[in-house]
This record gives sequence, C-alpha cells and structure tokens, in this order.
Amino acid sequence: MFSLKDKKLAEDVVSRIEKLDVNLKFMHVCGTHQDTLVKHGLDALLKKCGIEIGQGPGCPVCVTTTKEIEEMLLLAKKGITVTTFGDMMRVPGEKYSLQSMKAEGCDVRTVYGIEDAVSIAEKNKDRDVVFMAVGFETTAPTTASVLLKNPPCNFSVLSCHRLIPPALKAILDMGEIKINGLIEPGHVSTIIGTKPYKFISKEYHVPQVVAGFEPLDLLMGVWMLVEQIEHGAAFVQNEYTRAVHEEGNVKAKKVIDEVFEPNDKKWRGFPIIPQSSLGPKGRFDEYNALKKYEDELKEMKDKEFKEPKGCMCGELLRGLLSPQECPLFGTLCKPDSPVGPCMVSTEGSCNIEYRYKK
Amino acid sequence: MCLAIPGKIIEIDSKKEHATVDYGEGTKRKANITLVDVKVGDYVLVHAGFAIQVLDEKEAKETLKLFREMLSMEGT
Repeated sequence: MFSLKDKKLAEDVVSRIEKLDVNLKFMHVCGTHQDTLVKHGLDALLKKCGIEIGQGPGCPVCVTTTKEIEEMLLLAKKGITVTTFGDMMRVPGEKYSLQSMKAEGCDVRTVYGIEDAVSIAEKNKDRDVVFMAVGFETTAPTTASVLLKNPPCNFSVLSCHRLIPPALKAILDMGEIKINGLIEPGHVSTIIGTKPYKFISKEYHVPQVVAGFEPLDLLMGVWMLVEQIEHGAAFVQNEYTRAVHEEGNVKAKKVIDEVFEPNDKKWRGFPIIPQSSLGPKGRFDEYNALKKYEDELKEMKDKEFKEPKGCMCGELLRGLLSPQECPLFGTLCKPDSPVGPCMVSTEGSCNIEYRYKK
Repeated sequence: MCLAIPGKIIEIDSKKEHATVDYGEGTKRKANITLVDVKVGDYVLVHAGFAIQVLDEKEAKETLKLFREMLSMEGT
C-alpha cells in the first residue's frame, strides 16, 4: 500500500510556515481530515505557526436534522424496518434515538452500506424496509446505483444526501467568520473532481486545496494555501492527485444525475441552503420513502423541532467555535451520553476531540 | 461517513459487479465495483461497500518527489 511519509519534508514545511509569521484561519469540511489533524497533533502545531484550522459542516451525520431523524423514528414506530449506518444510530432526536427506539422493540438495524439494507429487504419480503441514506457526494452514487438496479418493492430510501459546494457558498455568504482558505474533502472530490469548487475562488477570492488524509497530505495542503495567499492568488489546487482527477469519477456522477435532482434543504445549524441536497427524481417515487409513506409522515410535515437544550452543534458546524469552547463538552456531553450529533459521530469534531484529548 | 479505505482487488466475480478486496493484515471483503473500471491488482478506495475510485499508483509514487520539488522551488 502507498505510504506518504517523510519526516524531514514535514519538518521543512512546518519551519517554512513558521518563518512567514502568518495569522490565518482555514476551514475544512471532513471528519477524516479532523481526525488526522487532532490525532497527529497538527492542529496544535499549526496554531503555534499562526494557522487555525477548524471543521465546518463536514460531517454528514452531524448536519442531518432532527426532523429527518424523527421521520425515521416515526417509521420505525409504525412497524417498518429501519436501516442506517452505525454513526446515525445514537444521534438523539427530540426524545429517542434510533438505538433507543430499537431497545423499545422497534426493528432498527445497522448496515455497512446500502447493499446490506437491500439484502435485508430481499430476505424479509413480508416487511417494509427503509434505508436512511446519509452522506455527501461520496455516498450518493452508492444509493443511486442501487436504485437503478430495481431493488425489491418492499425497499425504499429516505434520502438525506447533501452537497458540499452549496454549503461552502452558504458559509461564505453568511460571513460570520473569517476564512482565508478552504481545505476541500478528498473523498467527496474523488467523485465530483475539482471543477465544482472553482466558483468559490472566483467569486469570493478564497484559495482552495483538495487534500488527502495522511498527515503530510494535510501539511502540504496547508502549505499550498499559504503559498497562494502569499502570492495574492486564489484558485483550486489538487494535492490528492493519486485519487482525485479534475473530472472526478465520471461513472459515479452519471448515476447520481440519472437518479437524483438537487433540492433546497435545511442543514443542522443552518437555514435552508438552496440546491444543497439530492432527492430521487419522480420516476423513482416507489423507492422514495417520503412519497411512499406520505400518509404515515403527514403529521411531521410542518412540525418544528428544537435543538437539544444547551447544544452548540449548530455554531460548531458553522465554524464559530471549537469543541472545547462548548460548555457541555466533556461534562454533560460525552461519547457515551451525547447531547448533540457532533459528540456521537466518529466524524464529529467533538467526538474526535474527546477521543484524542480527554 | 466519508471514510474510504484503500485496498487491492484480488478477485473479480463472474458478473463483474463485485470484487474481493484485500485491505491488508488478513482483512478481505467484497465490494461493489460498478462505479469504477478495475482489474485484478488495482488499488481502490472503498466507501460504504463500493469502490469509488482507483488509486493512481504512478501518481502515488511521484507525490513525495513532487512535494520535494515544490518546496525546493519555493526555497530558491
């Protein structure tokens, strides 16, 4: 397997940044980036060099709204078999999580991917099975390719797929924080390529680097951003060339376009972000849980849901504060008793901070 | 969630929809390969049971060399 290790090179990058005496704030939108930054102490190291890096809305589980969770809980309560990724299970709804609903006797199952959910439907023809499809552009093609293969009619999907570029635009438009550079998510970019980010550099003059997930990938990503800033430039650079191409994964993009269309969607911590989600096109209505169970879900239609009391996941996802700045962090909110989703998901910045620093 | 694990394709099923992927240290698992064009021996990134991209071995080998060049250019 490829390994990207060169201690001297890493030290060289850090000492060069140090000499520049900068004061910059970068944002990334990926839990795996956050994991690498915290696990290897790069966040603290870079802070000493004048660069703060924080995680924005880059955790699909975390940005999924309470309403979407409540929709799944309601379906589970009505006797439908509900399936989703492990990370989603413990995210609290208003009162229950999918896991606590399971303890109440509902049929809730964890799957590794959508194909596992389809095989549950195939083996249980007498039951309705819904898959809660959470994830960004990385995961959307897996859902799309399954819907194109005529899964059994007792199977459907609650699409919670969301798109990264519209969220980046939303953050910049809100203007709540200073962002000198963006580190773009490597795996999302394997699918969408580098082109969809270009408008951000053009319209907002923000430098961007698509980066991989080893410590040296991130250090080089930071260095590339610093270099752009030093030269007054703002464009999209690709550090992760071994996996990301300008055009992305053409096959995957094609299946996404065949199955989904973009919709306006609320993200946790954000208002409705235009064209920021993927919903199945009309011809897939039989697999669209929102259509299939329209009557069952009617009571949820205009219902408003409150965030858990004291929870600051919204502010955290907008990059306004770090996990340690939340008064609940490590006291009332811990991985075994999470208040908000950022402490539940292994991609959430609070969970990551707690795992490596507490 | 967007976690993707690199592995090596060691066998492709007769339908060419799934392959056995070796993740090292004895871990092998089936992955759907319909989103990529692959052959046995290729390295892929696997996410939620699907290979989402083929890793470019040549690019990977040249990454460090490229980084070093980038830094030496800036240093001069």
